[in-house]
Amino acid sequence: MLAYALRRLGQSALVLAVMSFLVFLGVYAIGNPIELLVNPEADQAERLRAAAALGLDKPLLVQYGVFLLHAAKGDLGRSFVYNIPAIQLILERLPATLELALAATVIAVLLGIPLGLLAGLKPHSWVGRSIMAGSIVGFSLPTFWVGLVLIMVFSVELGWLPPNGRGQTVSLLGVPVSFLTWDGLRHLAMPAFNLALLKLSLLVRLTRAGTREALLQDYVKFARAKGLPMRRVIGVHVLKNIMIPIVTVIGLELGSVIAFAIVTESIFAWPGTGKLLIDSINQLDRPVIVAYLMVIVAIFIAINLVVDIAYSMLDPRVRIGTAAPAH
Amino acid sequence: MRIAAETAQPAPERAPAGEAPWRRFAAEFCESRLAIAGVVLLALIVVAALAAPWIAPQDPYDLAQLDVLDSKLPPGSQSLSGHTYWLGTDDQGRDMLSAILFGLRISLMVGVASTLGALAIGLAAGLAAAYFGGWVDAAIMRIADIQLSFPAILIALILLALLGQGAGKIIAALITVQWAYYARTVRSSAMVERRKEYVEAARVLALSQPRIVFRHLLPNCLPPLIVVATVQVAHAISLEATLSFLGLGLPITEPSLGLLIANGFQYLLSGKYWISFYPGVALLATIVAINLVADQLRDVLNPRLQR
Repeated sequence: MLAYALRRLGQSALVLAVMSFLVFLGVYAIGNPIELLVNPEADQAERLRAAAALGLDKPLLVQYGVFLLHAAKGDLGRSFVYNIPAIQLILERLPATLELALAATVIAVLLGIPLGLLAGLKPHSWVGRSIMAGSIVGFSLPTFWVGLVLIMVFSVELGWLPPNGRGQTVSLLGVPVSFLTWDGLRHLAMPAFNLALLKLSLLVRLTRAGTREALLQDYVKFARAKGLPMRRVIGVHVLKNIMIPIVTVIGLELGSVIAFAIVTESIFAWPGTGKLLIDSINQLDRPVIVAYLMVIVAIFIAINLVVDIAYSMLDPRVRIGTAAPAH
Repeated sequence: MRIAAETAQPAPERAPAGEAPWRRFAAEFCESRLAIAGVVLLALIVVAALAAPWIAPQDPYDLAQLDVLDSKLPPGSQSLSGHTYWLGTDDQGRDMLSAILFGLRISLMVGVASTLGALAIGLAAGLAAAYFGGWVDAAIMRIADIQLSFPAILIALILLALLGQGAGKIIAALITVQWAYYARTVRSSAMVERRKEYVEAARVLALSQPRIVFRHLLPNCLPPLIVVATVQVAHAISLEATLSFLGLGLPITEPSLGLLIANGFQYLLSGKYWISFYPGVALLATIVAINLVADQLRDVLNPRLQR
């Protein structure tokens, strides 16, 4: 078990190292930030001085070495635009993204599991069919277009919900959050639902398939033969057994929710890391792009690692073969 | 996106032996009315996109034909020169219907080109992995695994942030994102096929390795690949639209549907919905049509459901 965990940890470190080099190499190749940062009327000497001050005049490998050395100390460079440490910028924006991602996951779970259960129990009724049709539509719709239509309907036509921003935040253990104020909740509703839609469709399908399979099992037949009420059979016998794959998928998908938040945040001007990334790409703010990617890659690797190790603890068979990600 | 085939359909009469497999395939495909609707819709969209230069009321790239006085007109308004803008105009006085037809062309082109590219690379990688096994297999599949553990949009976004804008670049990014799906699909079916007797027979006949791989193994691995490819075209179109919407895909000189939507987004809050909404409808119709076709293909080509 320990050997497996260590090997898996080693692999993760390797992936992180490779990704960091690729990201650094690639980001180095885009544009020349000096052109953007220095007054266009500056003369050559001034440009060189600025380049030297930012460390942009050194050879690529030296820049990477310096970057790694600093990264190990938690310093991922200073933002060219804001002139504060890039990691600080990311960490300031991270709570907004995490709040959005968690809200989306909660919506997906609270709606997806009951709907999937319903569709699984009555697969041929019109309710079951319309839930499935809805989930196909949920899969087909591009996230950004759904966001647009939401704004069109609820902000422009009906005027119920604000189209952008985070609203009023309050501090919870030193972290600003929106969901504790009415204004914040109104701002959170649309982006969270927008982000949840894809996961919602996925959960509906997963729960439905699991329910249909479980209903045919002997333990369900036995529980029913014993005369247990249907509520108990579904709530305890069925639900408990289908939760294992569902919990795994929710865990694995948390990372992809954070990635998709890039799109949702851009549409609803939600001040999180995704919007920061898009803004930084447009402004060629290289250190922030690198810092964002390093943080998100680290989050991803951590999630995959935890899921893999948890799996091998639950299921010894995984340790023998090579574990393939369940995606 | 896995859509299980479980709608109970009446058992079809068996096709008489010796009938061309294509006719059986067509007959089975036509069993679902939804699938036929998908094919018809898709055909209409493709024809409209291909014929755009001839059927569009206006050439949206020809600045001489645009009139800024006609900008942001709602759908159905008359232009100064007397013809009707059925879907309204954008901020530069461009007829939205024409812009959508030309945008469809670009979106479909990017989707199909990237799918073909990814298919070719994935096919080669998957076949190599299955046929040679050993470290070739391990190396290729390890890369595919690592790549698939990150969401496609994140990888495409990183690549485009690095490469910059342009049709060629977005196709390259989409190929990079998608090849792994094909490689995995081909590998898993080739692993099964490789052990079958006809491959052994071909080996015994001392046929050359390329001949065995391409003439014997490959055709038998195609059905699942066709299904994946159909779904991936829709996925590629949606991804391209998303990236262009974020300003990272195509340059403004080649407006795809995603870019048209992005262009209209800034006017959405002032109630000028049509600049964004109609390109979105065109995008949606394309994706839904492809998904309907893919769904039925999956049912027809699935050997486990073979009737």
